[in-house]
Amino acid sequence: MTSPVAPPSSGADDLTRRTAADLAAAIASGEVSAVEVTQAHLDRIKAVDADVHAFLHVSGESALEQAQAVDRARAAGEPAASPLAGVPLALKDIVTQQGVPTTAGSRILEGWIPPYSATVTRKLLDAGVVIVGKTNLDEFAMGSSTENSAYGPTRNPWDLTRIPGGSGGGSAAALAAFEAPLAIGTDTGGSIRQPAAVTGTVGAKPTYGGVSRYGVIALASSLDQVGPCARTVLDTALLHEAIAGHDRLDSTSIEDFAPRVVDAVHRGTTDGVRGLRIGVVKELSGEGYQPGVLESFTTAVRTLQDAGAEIVEVSCPNFEYALATYYLILPSECSSNLARFDAMRYGLRVTTDAAGAALVSAEEVMSATRGQGFGAEVKRRIILGTYALSAGYYDAYYGSAQKVRTLIKRDFERAYARADVLISPASPVTAFPLGEKVDDPMAMYLNDLATIPGSLAGIPAMSVPSGLASDTGLPVGLQIMGPALGEERIYQVAAAFEAAYAAQHGGLVPDLAPELEVAAR
Amino acid sequence: MTTVSAPMLMDYDEAIETFDPAMGLEVHVELGTATKMFCGCPTTYGGEPNTQVCPVCLALPGAMPTVNRTAVEYAIRIGLALNCTIADWCRFARKNYFYPDMPKNFQTSQYDEPIAFNGYLDVELDDGSGETVRIEIERAHMEEDTGKSTHMGGRTGRIQGAEYSLLDYNRAGVPLVEIVTKPILGTRAAAPLVARSYVRALRDLLLSLEVSDVRMDQGSLRCDANLSLAPAGTTELGTRTETKNVNSLRSVERAVRHEIQRQGARLVAGERIVQETRHFDESTGTTSSGRSKETAEDYRYFPEPDLVPIAPDREWVEQIRGALPELPWVRRARLQADWGFSDLEMRDLVAADAVGLVEQTVAAGATAAEARSWWSAYLGQQAKTEGVALTELAITPAQLARVITLVNEGALTTKLARQVIDGVLAGDGEPDEVVAARGLAVVSDDGALQAAVDEALAAQPGVADKIRSGKVQAAGAIVGAVMKATKGQADAAKVRELVLRTLGVEG
Repeated sequence: MTSPVAPPSSGADDLTRRTAADLAAAIASGEVSAVEVTQAHLDRIKAVDADVHAFLHVSGESALEQAQAVDRARAAGEPAASPLAGVPLALKDIVTQQGVPTTAGSRILEGWIPPYSATVTRKLLDAGVVIVGKTNLDEFAMGSSTENSAYGPTRNPWDLTRIPGGSGGGSAAALAAFEAPLAIGTDTGGSIRQPAAVTGTVGAKPTYGGVSRYGVIALASSLDQVGPCARTVLDTALLHEAIAGHDRLDSTSIEDFAPRVVDAVHRGTTDGVRGLRIGVVKELSGEGYQPGVLESFTTAVRTLQDAGAEIVEVSCPNFEYALATYYLILPSECSSNLARFDAMRYGLRVTTDAAGAALVSAEEVMSATRGQGFGAEVKRRIILGTYALSAGYYDAYYGSAQKVRTLIKRDFERAYARADVLISPASPVTAFPLGEKVDDPMAMYLNDLATIPGSLAGIPAMSVPSGLASDTGLPVGLQIMGPALGEERIYQVAAAFEAAYAAQHGGLVPDLAPELEVAAR
Repeated sequence: MTTVSAPMLMDYDEAIETFDPAMGLEVHVELGTATKMFCGCPTTYGGEPNTQVCPVCLALPGAMPTVNRTAVEYAIRIGLALNCTIADWCRFARKNYFYPDMPKNFQTSQYDEPIAFNGYLDVELDDGSGETVRIEIERAHMEEDTGKSTHMGGRTGRIQGAEYSLLDYNRAGVPLVEIVTKPILGTRAAAPLVARSYVRALRDLLLSLEVSDVRMDQGSLRCDANLSLAPAGTTELGTRTETKNVNSLRSVERAVRHEIQRQGARLVAGERIVQETRHFDESTGTTSSGRSKETAEDYRYFPEPDLVPIAPDREWVEQIRGALPELPWVRRARLQADWGFSDLEMRDLVAADAVGLVEQTVAAGATAAEARSWWSAYLGQQAKTEGVALTELAITPAQLARVITLVNEGALTTKLARQVIDGVLAGDGEPDEVVAARGLAVVSDDGALQAAVDEALAAQPGVADKIRSGKVQAAGAIVGAVMKATKGQADAAKVRELVLRTLGVEG
């Protein structure tokens, strides 16, 4: 299945098949209206989402209103609000949007309607981007398959019996199923990159602090980062520029940092990777990686080499401890971040016990609500984190984890002294069958083996499709990592790789996705 | 909740002979910033419940804090005034525990990296002895206040026995600075007085720093008193209790005294002290057991990842230091020396909150003695009658200074001056306007006065004869008649002089 495949029957005249850049240009030129584009995507969602289940909420009415506003502005002769004006977007349901239900994939927030919007949401709406709905995710972004969503899993459009990755499986599947050309994800340990890899789409985790987290429901504050997802590197870059930048409401957001990633993409497309040193991380391959994934990765390395890059091998010995470190820091922070879900001010409130008797004290109500409102994985991590922060254990667990985190950062610094960017597979395996790992948390955690080191170091990293695995026929993602603030470099390499791949194969990976059986429904 | 039984109390003097008290005082100050510690909501006291809230202070999902720069400045001001080191770099930390009036279920506070540490405060004891005690300050750190729970339906207003509770988050996120002393040792019998004097000194200091309105009755200054007893003469520390809800200076003193007596009784009876939070009851002057600290309360502190560390610029800190106001006791000593007042006179002025008024009256031209006399005597009475503070009287120091000038110029007698002040207090305008409107000027026209004297002498020829024959004291009757005739607007001394001169008698 690695050979070029003819585009699906629906063809290029189908608005849902087009890129965001293309649609924005078509809307700006008057070739098509924003309402038509939005309606086409709403129709597509209606046709396929019963199978895919990428969305938890579809905002048809407000999306069409936003599209109308874009069309009206154009009719009035106003310049486009942004290079993405009128383009539909799927918003991960962990980002608040005023007036639209936000659940974070959890029962505990069922029915909650935020009275305010995240900074990212405001930026998107200001840019004229049309938000078509909220996408499914593992509960509070804890998971690698979306099977931890309280509202049922999302299915991978490449094979509906398989997982779409996680936690941002909904956003990635929406892209792969052509339900939206753009999506927002959040990445704490790989929740943008791993779903992108297993759905054959593109996803970028910016440098920590590159995008405001205000209004994004926190999992682990020192790791969380919002990022852009799309089917092409250019679309991802356009979305990146729309959401990036300092926000006075998030003091951890970086001041005076606005990477010109769209320019970098053009540079990558025209100049390629000639003269760049690309480091292959020794520790991010081998044991635990599926042969088909490693094969695709090796091919990708050769493609980059052929395009003029100098390939060097680098070693990051402390990556061995990354998973253990991550699973101390994340649960610690999340145990505290999730304490606010207590039934006092919003969300689920359980007021009777199992036998139907009324619960009397606030403590009982809190306890019962959290008992029923949180799923098993969330509880597991809250308990882990509570333990790791306890008096007498803090130094041994949270304290040591922070030290190892520093060592991992130093590994990266040393590696970037030898290479401009680092590469690895983004996910050790291609999409696995639903249910295969739900009862084995450790096996599930291993899906983020390659993405977690970058999360701990706060560096920018992205996944671009490197083809289909010869053993499963499913998409494989190439992870490109840059030094902190090195967004432009990784976009340049990603664009160069994407162009080289397209030249070799006559098309891009997302176009190879099987047509979903719309008619059968 | 332990069953409530009247606690056994040991005789105070006996307790002090047997044990040495060790104290630690934690004072929470609500800062007087316009907005909250981590969001832009107003901090005004007394608003309708839940009207001064936003996504941040309600801890809505996704909301994030940002630090209030003014609150940091106030904390630094406090730290500097307490002779503390100001941290080059410090962080907030999360103090994790569940409580319904704390929206995030953690308090954003400071833990092992406070903004200010290692200071001291020299405290003059409140007993008039003039003796000073140095209280060592462990740290002053920033944190946020919780919301307020009101427990309904119970008898005591406490959570035990309540039917339901109401939550008001207006106070949630109001900036606080917590000032923690090092253990205060060796105060022996004076422990309650030292505690009270410290809180009083701290209150005066904070007021002069203009960082808080320090209203203990409204909870903007709150004191928790830690107390333990050790056998007299030993240095070991006993098990401590922490008494909360100590809402007045008097309560600070009573709470410490009560805990000394209560713990003493237990220890003498061979019982152990339970490490716990105790609740002070204003009405009975006793403490009762709150939650036990032995079983619960592992706060799982860790650095707040949603905020960047605070690294106060050295130049900024020095700027704040340079702008610190004169400390209240330094100012008082300076003014007392300038004015030449006795300790007693000065203490009375301080007690009446009149130091500033006297200072301003002097600045407006009066002498210190005149200013003190008017503010502490006549105006003091007026304030008492009206039931207001001196500073709330409707007369300014400048207006009083003008009245004093008129008296010194001979334009007013003391009695007339009081009437002028009454006019000013009644809102009749400036002193000169009151004088004009009410015709209160001294009758100094010698012709008019002479006529009045002549008239009075003619009316009482017998008295006139007595005076002529040398009974000078009889002149009082004539003076009285003249004063009556002039409605008190004559200078009595001058009238007397005129009477004697008219009759050719030497006074």
